[in-house]
Amino acid sequence: MRNYMKLEIPSKSLNEAFARAAVGAFAAQADPTVEELADIKTSVSEAVTNSIIHGYRDTVGVIYIECEARVEKTCVIEITVRDEGVGIPDVERAMEPLFTTAPDEERSGMGFTVMQSFMDTLDVTSEKGKGTTVKMSKEINAGIGDE
Amino acid sequence: MYKKTRGKPTDQSKGGKHMNCEIEQIGGALVVKLSGEIDQHCAEELRGDIDRQLDIKRSASLIIDLGDVDFMDSSGLGLIMGRYRKMQARGGKLLLARPTPAVDKLLELSGINKLVGRERTK
Repeated sequence: MRNYMKLEIPSKSLNEAFARAAVGAFAAQADPTVEELADIKTSVSEAVTNSIIHGYRDTVGVIYIECEARVEKTCVIEITVRDEGVGIPDVERAMEPLFTTAPDEERSGMGFTVMQSFMDTLDVTSEKGKGTTVKMSKEINAGIGDE
Repeated sequence: MYKKTRGKPTDQSKGGKHMNCEIEQIGGALVVKLSGEIDQHCAEELRGDIDRQLDIKRSASLIIDLGDVDFMDSSGLGLIMGRYRKMQARGGKLLLARPTPAVDKLLELSGINKLVGRERTK
């Protein structure tokens, strides 16, 4: 079985909660554990926050969120968060723990580390001036129902 | 006691989600009780609220009670690390109380648990 959803939101910080709640509601179909669901919501919040504060730093743009649930023996939730913002000049460096471009704003620099740790896979592609795409997935052991 | 509610569930102009912050001086400690969801949307305002009270009260220690925090992402880690540095700079200390398992997982990942003490009573 395959299920999916697509979401577009303006890059406003009040939408962070909405984005993670929406993805959490979608992922809940797979009957995840409390910890699995918290991991997914936290990772989505990190990716969306990155798009807001880095991708569209001085402007408001669109953040595209896609989720797909695939069921075989287990369920895999795949999430894509994409923006068309300024892009990340050096993705490898940006993914280093504690790296931040705005230390005076008390950013922890842990966003990508959280995504890497809480999800099973993480793939970040970015092009300067064109935007950033974050793809991540997590296996949910309980399955997505019996249809 | 300083008490603040941001964005009640029915208040869509504030984003629908909510975060509550209660700040109280108990002895030499400023106790900050947080509840709800901590993300980048509310972190900056929280930082201002806590720092203002810290500057007014000149507290020797800061206790952040996370027992009723339903959600926190790395914006919350930035908030905690910033308060840790602030208390260090003034020769005080920061203690964290009652983190939920999800919040504690984040604290552990960040290494904050190795730097910041835990308030056991509550």
